[in-house]
Amino acid sequence: MLSSEFVVRSKHINALNTELKTLNFSRAMIQEKIREKARELLSKKAVDLIIGFGEGSLPLRATPLFIRSLEETDRLIWNSFCENNLSTYLHKLSQFKVGLVVKGCDARSIIALSHEKRFKPDQLFLIGVPCQRMVDRRRVKKAVKGEILRAHEQGDQIIVEGEDFKTILKREDFLYPSCQGCIHRTPIKADVLVGDPVEEFPLIETYHEIEEFEKKSPEERWKFFEKESSRCIRCDACREACPMCYCAECFVDSSNPKWMEKGLSPQDLEFYHIVRAYHQTGRCSGCGACERACPMEIRLTYLTQKLNWDVKELFDFETGIDAETPPPLSTYEIEDKQEFIK
Amino acid sequence: MKWKLDKKDFKPFLQSLMVEYDLFAPVQLAEGVSVYKKIDRPDEVDLSSSNTQKPTKEVFFPQSETMFRYEKTGNQHQVTSTEEVERKRVILGARPCDIQAVLLIDQVFSGKEYTDVYYVNKRKATTIIGMACDHPLSPCFCSSMKGGPFHREGSDLLLIDLGEAYLVELLTEKGMTFQKNKFFKEALAKEINSAKEIEERATKKTDGSLPVAGIEKRLDQMMESPFWERVQEKCIGCRICTYLCPTCHCFDIVDEALTNKGQRVRNWDSCLSSLYSQETSGHNPRPTNRERTRQRIMHKFNYFPKNFDRIACVGCGRCIIYCPVNFDIRQTIKEIQNSILQNEK
Repeated sequence: MLSSEFVVRSKHINALNTELKTLNFSRAMIQEKIREKARELLSKKAVDLIIGFGEGSLPLRATPLFIRSLEETDRLIWNSFCENNLSTYLHKLSQFKVGLVVKGCDARSIIALSHEKRFKPDQLFLIGVPCQRMVDRRRVKKAVKGEILRAHEQGDQIIVEGEDFKTILKREDFLYPSCQGCIHRTPIKADVLVGDPVEEFPLIETYHEIEEFEKKSPEERWKFFEKESSRCIRCDACREACPMCYCAECFVDSSNPKWMEKGLSPQDLEFYHIVRAYHQTGRCSGCGACERACPMEIRLTYLTQKLNWDVKELFDFETGIDAETPPPLSTYEIEDKQEFIK
Repeated sequence: MKWKLDKKDFKPFLQSLMVEYDLFAPVQLAEGVSVYKKIDRPDEVDLSSSNTQKPTKEVFFPQSETMFRYEKTGNQHQVTSTEEVERKRVILGARPCDIQAVLLIDQVFSGKEYTDVYYVNKRKATTIIGMACDHPLSPCFCSSMKGGPFHREGSDLLLIDLGEAYLVELLTEKGMTFQKNKFFKEALAKEINSAKEIEERATKKTDGSLPVAGIEKRLDQMMESPFWERVQEKCIGCRICTYLCPTCHCFDIVDEALTNKGQRVRNWDSCLSSLYSQETSGHNPRPTNRERTRQRIMHKFNYFPKNFDRIACVGCGRCIIYCPVNFDIRQTIKEIQNSILQNEK
């Protein structure tokens, strides 16, 4: 992993350096601009509510925040813990005009959802944040002994403190896997950008993890999948966190026809995860919200990223990059490759 | 008299337990993810995490449990029940909060009106070896919920980690049967003192300041409050908080049927899922997340106290730690207590 990480990174070392120098400044500026925009939208009554992020109740956390009045706008924050994909909330807010804070990946979900006609025109106002990649709170927790009681960011560092320790960590070493490989950090679709667009480069090759995984034998891969899915407790958090999971009746819940049982047998757990991933083909923005939500830390994005990669290879399509081109699995052309039928 | 168990004797002690009992203890499934499992080898036991993801209730009330199997061959029908527990059981390493929760759901499964044989058989066959909580975490609020990191109620034995050894307290009749265990030695005065210090330190860490007094009465007046609309907004409607809750105990019963055989299974269910309350007609009396979130809070802080005279929350902190959107029940409790009720306006 290190060698390819290095190759990719050395190409962008200058860009990275400039970015690190300005991190503190840009985080504060972005936060101020989000608040400013929220005030403006609410005072003009251009939206009914703003969904952004507020201070979390635990260290290393932010929390989705729903704001309807001017007085509340100062509660909006921006930092490296704003990990949720807020577009998942839009399905229950179809009767409202919403101002939504979006990162690059979240904006891609919005484009994908627009293809599926989930919004009325002008229902959304997207406050786009050029993203500095999000910090993986679990990775941080595992790196220190003892309970973290306070955490804050300073430039390219995360400073965590406990009862009897203070540790300084390099932010870049603790990013979510989905963020490390991200090349669409600046929202492609946004009504306003609250920050300068960032230079797009991955810290590791986007599909590097998948490529490495594919080198394993089918038996090894299955064993890995079996082990991961065996931890599933069927809490549906991956489904609920995902903006693309909005079926009125999920196949999991259907009793007629009944696709699967409700217990914890390996075949049901495996079936669930495979079908959930397949349903995302050509629709997943790779935001990683499913994996972040999982309380059992199942590596769910192995499946979805593999499908994203296949869609890119086979159809030259990436979810949510282009508002015009329909997703390959919801359209067809006479010239489409037909190899799979033969 | 108090006892101690040297850590060098710990594995042999577990081995000896396993001769007589089925042993259940925390096992790590992945780095930082642990659950209670039946132990096959003492090496599997992992007491390093302060609390498991899934709570101790699972040993008595498994997430998915077969109640009976049935099969039809020709004109013969055969039904095989699975309610018997064949061997005595020990749970090792349960935290005081989880044990409190077990006492709490005991009232549901072996209450005045109804006895659940599946639960009760396991419960009766089980000895609980609790593990005092020497490092309560910041989201823990057991001391506010009639518990505490060293709360002894419900444990048959309690272990206190002294570093090189565990101090062992034998607390009940079941616990006293361990009195002659060959691995237990008499504890020295300094070890007993050191355990006391650890207890004082841990107890200080959980200050018990969460204002829960009177919450049941306030909720009586809040059924139609706009509060629910607001508080539920960021909840994405998954089931983590209910499944990982040591006191949540709802289940659903289904038949997993093939043509001539099948089994009746009960699985954990969650009031936060829309299917939970959906009726056959398609009508759902709890149509949105507002009613479902209200149900979760009401059951813990109003209905359960009405039925069993105590709040159905032990302050283990799991729902706070694992919530994908950082819904914090401590804040919810404070907001309920601070809200202005109709009659107070």
